[in-house]
Amino acid sequence: MKRTIGYSLIYLATSVLLAGCNLVVFNPKGDVARDERDLIILATGLMMLVVIPVIVMTFVFAYRYRATNKKARYSPRWASSHKIEAVVWGVPFLIICVLGWVTWETTHALDPYRPLNSDTPPINVQVVATDWKWLFIYPDLGIASVNELAMPVNTPVNFTITSDAAMTSFFIPALGGQIYAMAGMQTKLHLIANQIGQYRGIAANYNGRGFSDMHFSTRVLSAADYETWVNKVKSAPSQLDQASYIELAKPSVAHKITYYSAVQERLFLDIVEKYEGMNESPRKKDTQVQRNSHDERATQQPSLLAEER
Amino acid sequence: MSNIVMDKDIAHSHEQGHEDAGSMRIFGFWIYLMTDCILFATLFAGYAVLRDSVAGGPSTVDIFELPYVLAETALLLVSSITYGYAMLATNRNHTSHVLRWLAVTFVLGCGFIAMEINEFHHLIDEGYGPDRSGFLTAFFTLVGTHGAHVLSGLVWMAVLMAQVRSRGLTNTNTTRLSCLSLFWHFLDVVWICVFTVVYLLGVV
Amino acid sequence: MFGKLSWDAVPTDEPIVMYTLAIVGLMGFALVGTVTWKRKWGYIWREWFTSVDHKKIGCMYIIVALVMLLRGFSDAIMMRTQQAMASSGGPGYLPPEHYDQIFTAHGVIMIFFMAMPFVVGLMNIVVPLQIGARDVAYPFLNALSFWLFVVGAALVNVSLGVGEFARTGWVAYPPLSELGYSPGVGVDYYIWSLQISGIGTLLTGVNFFVTILKMRTEGMTLFKMPVFTWNALCTSVLILASFPILTATLLMLTLDRYLGMHFFTNEAGGNPMMYVNLIWAWGHPEVYILILPAFGVFSEIAATFSSKRLFGYVSLVWATISITVLSFIVWLHHFFTMGSGANVNAFFGIMTMIIAVPTGVKIFTWLFTMYRGRVRFETPMLWTLGFIVTFSIGGMTGVLLAVPGADFLLHNSLFLIAHFHNVIIGGAVFGYMAGLTYWFPKAFGFRLNDRLGRIAFWCWLVGFYFAFMPSYVLGFMGMTRRLNHFDNPAWQPWLLLELVGVGIILCGVACQAMQLFVSIRNRVKYRDLTGDPWDGRTLEWATASPPPLYNFAEQPKVNDLDAYWGMKERGVSTLSHTDYRAIHMPRNTSAGLVISVFALVCSFALVWHIWWLAVFGLVASVVAMVVRSYDEDIDYFVPAQEVARIEKARLKDLAEA
Repeated sequence: MKRTIGYSLIYLATSVLLAGCNLVVFNPKGDVARDERDLIILATGLMMLVVIPVIVMTFVFAYRYRATNKKARYSPRWASSHKIEAVVWGVPFLIICVLGWVTWETTHALDPYRPLNSDTPPINVQVVATDWKWLFIYPDLGIASVNELAMPVNTPVNFTITSDAAMTSFFIPALGGQIYAMAGMQTKLHLIANQIGQYRGIAANYNGRGFSDMHFSTRVLSAADYETWVNKVKSAPSQLDQASYIELAKPSVAHKITYYSAVQERLFLDIVEKYEGMNESPRKKDTQVQRNSHDERATQQPSLLAEER
Repeated sequence: MSNIVMDKDIAHSHEQGHEDAGSMRIFGFWIYLMTDCILFATLFAGYAVLRDSVAGGPSTVDIFELPYVLAETALLLVSSITYGYAMLATNRNHTSHVLRWLAVTFVLGCGFIAMEINEFHHLIDEGYGPDRSGFLTAFFTLVGTHGAHVLSGLVWMAVLMAQVRSRGLTNTNTTRLSCLSLFWHFLDVVWICVFTVVYLLGVV
Repeated sequence: MFGKLSWDAVPTDEPIVMYTLAIVGLMGFALVGTVTWKRKWGYIWREWFTSVDHKKIGCMYIIVALVMLLRGFSDAIMMRTQQAMASSGGPGYLPPEHYDQIFTAHGVIMIFFMAMPFVVGLMNIVVPLQIGARDVAYPFLNALSFWLFVVGAALVNVSLGVGEFARTGWVAYPPLSELGYSPGVGVDYYIWSLQISGIGTLLTGVNFFVTILKMRTEGMTLFKMPVFTWNALCTSVLILASFPILTATLLMLTLDRYLGMHFFTNEAGGNPMMYVNLIWAWGHPEVYILILPAFGVFSEIAATFSSKRLFGYVSLVWATISITVLSFIVWLHHFFTMGSGANVNAFFGIMTMIIAVPTGVKIFTWLFTMYRGRVRFETPMLWTLGFIVTFSIGGMTGVLLAVPGADFLLHNSLFLIAHFHNVIIGGAVFGYMAGLTYWFPKAFGFRLNDRLGRIAFWCWLVGFYFAFMPSYVLGFMGMTRRLNHFDNPAWQPWLLLELVGVGIILCGVACQAMQLFVSIRNRVKYRDLTGDPWDGRTLEWATASPPPLYNFAEQPKVNDLDAYWGMKERGVSTLSHTDYRAIHMPRNTSAGLVISVFALVCSFALVWHIWWLAVFGLVASVVAMVVRSYDEDIDYFVPAQEVARIEKARLKDLAEA
């Protein structure tokens, strides 16, 4: 009991201290990010079981057995010990077994493709990475915005992500892990934000000249504020269709936040199929879109994407 | 100077306490061939990934003509047999026979290359070149890399024939003939894999 | 006529590059001038450039590695300065296009043209001596490997002044590295420099694999080999199995760029994800190629400077073998975030963690070698102690990154940067520096200045911690890699701290340069007369410093592990006093250099699309190979009297010592 309290205190202290340092990874604003942070702390703790003894032993042995210390025992031919071997193979192996099991469990639990467990119905966002800005399409609302992502608090968001240029990575550190955006592919990410605020989203894989400016604003809003935002976008003068998209997709750096009040139907899939469409073969259909996670919750929540194939 | 051993190969082996220089060369060449194996394995993997990426263009069933490929294969396989005869002649120290069998092997190899170039030319003419789709890229590269290896082998063979003609079947030359033999048979084996994975499985 | 090449290729509009070229040009001019004035070209040509002697070739590898270390380090200084200056939204002093080339060049140079040659150089100098052999299995191939490597380094250096380098990062992911997004010559320079030096490396792998398996002296079974040689054997296996993948992958990228093919393009069915898989299937074994020889160095040093047998030899060997095998089934951990699915991610994560077990065993082995030993804190031992602490931290963060859930937050962040610099600097580079200090007397016949060596070590150690520990924090603060400017002021204090660290490392490098200068000037005073300055345990210490060209007049017979130590204990000498025989040696040749020069012509021409010149270079290279194959005068005998004279001089030195 005391040990559990002890560990909890250490855990708490670590979290508080680290959060105080403005470390976004240790200051998660969403469930997914929080689980990932906890994983980091746990794994580090397990590793310390080996690393700290090693460092201590380095100093102790080097000092104790220094050549000038004639009092220390000198056994020049002693070079093998089954007990020591058993410990140095066995203990790390056991630690890895534990860590391995944790890895298996958490890799499945934190699979970006796994829809989140929530009573609130999710919203769907399609993300297109073009040079060097982020386009967010809300297919159920028929609106889009560039470099600004808005979402209601405590609501799961289902992202479907692609790229219309080089490979990059879609990442909102405060809310959870990243996933690559690739042309002709659709990757998925499921996040949820539990605290109202404005967080930074970035591109986390170098993709050319405008990479350093390819960040976007993530606004987590109350339900009412989210409605306001949606209405603001719906009253924007511009509309996103094939022509205006081609204009948008031209390389630009540090693109201003832009709103589109209407989005051409199937625009996202058209962008994907620009590349993927050429992969059609008589043998098999591309299964990227339909990939299921091994989680029954996925079948209970049919996809709400209006135009998904 | 009476304690100098004039035969360098034997001198080498006495000193190093291992087998003679020739067999060490051959062992090293085997190792190189194994790395070449991995190179081809990578190209095969690329082919496996890209085989279905036809980009609206032709797929395997559309472009492979098995009888033609069979003829190509026959040329290469027979050339392996003739090289085998060349090696038998080497062991019997029959220089003129060695040169004769090498010449036949050379001609058969050239025939294989000519047929392959013809196949490529034909495809490119129809607009099905390697720049058409991922599948064609992978096909041309895999088969083409094998062809480039065969071509290198032919160049090597020509040089060796010249060397055997001018210097006879010295230790160096026989070691080189053995290495080329390994190379030539290895290319044969790779072709069997190409033939099976690319052509046969392609039209099934 | 000249393809894409024109005078515009020289970046006259970039002052930093022009200044650099001017300084390098002046230094090069001064060097060439000095050599000419002292009339040393003949000596350099005869004794070094045309040498097939593994010891000379090894020294040349390391000299080039140290020069490239300076260039790679300069890149690092420029990057760190830019980041420290540009953290509050300002642009810094480096134009972004320039910065993007610098971080690519930094990675390529450090891995391919600093670390690899250091590894190959140390293996070259030490392995034949440790196994009691006269040379490697294929001395000419060894020379050819070296010159092919030089061609690669030359291309990277030429790209600074003629054209540009790649702006893709050191692994050059497509489609960014394809023609559509990188139309310039940068990626082409990248491709050809890696491709050609890669061939050299592959040949080295063949060479050392055969050498170690076939040329060990009498009595030296595999389990009586020194650990450095075991690590060299495993490194050779890694090279043999992984470099063909690099060759094939670069070939595919080349075909995409030169012939419009579609291996990795976005359109027409190309698959960039395939490149990512292939390049890391090579890339992960590559980093083990860099670290295993360093582990070998530490094994030798731990035993020698504890005056004690290495603990757990058999266990250590099996740990090394298992690391070698396992390193081929972990590559996906470099891209957990590419969306492979939980089963695949979990498998590769767990496999990666399993490698930590044998690695940990090795660390404990070194610790228990010190236990109940008599530890002498010579400079090589200092590097070893610094390594054990630093590498443990780096290894720990590696296992952390191996957990996919954690990696999702930390991939491509400064945390990753900190991790791999932690293991590469704290592991590999510390090992190379230790090996350099340890074997320098053997290679050149005199010791390095001790005091400067110690100061250099402390500067590297302290500097490293200042330069990279803040990166872990920055990773936790959400900073991603390869940014050339940003607007988060919270990051700046850490970046400034890192700049201080870089400055301290710079002091260390300066100390090392001074150390070389001082030691060469005092070489008579620092002369190693015994050949065994550290009271060593393995066979290389049985020879003179430097060893005669044939290494051993009479190859020693070995009875146990730590062969030389056993001989010392039993009072057996490796020197025969009477029966000197003629020794069969390979002759020096310029063929390796000539073949490589034409390869340089060919590759440079290919970069600039000068097709006629490329064909000429290729044909000339092949012709040079054929000419070499016609050469029958490739070996000779060192007469017995000459051997006797050399050995008697050695005995005289020993008596004097």
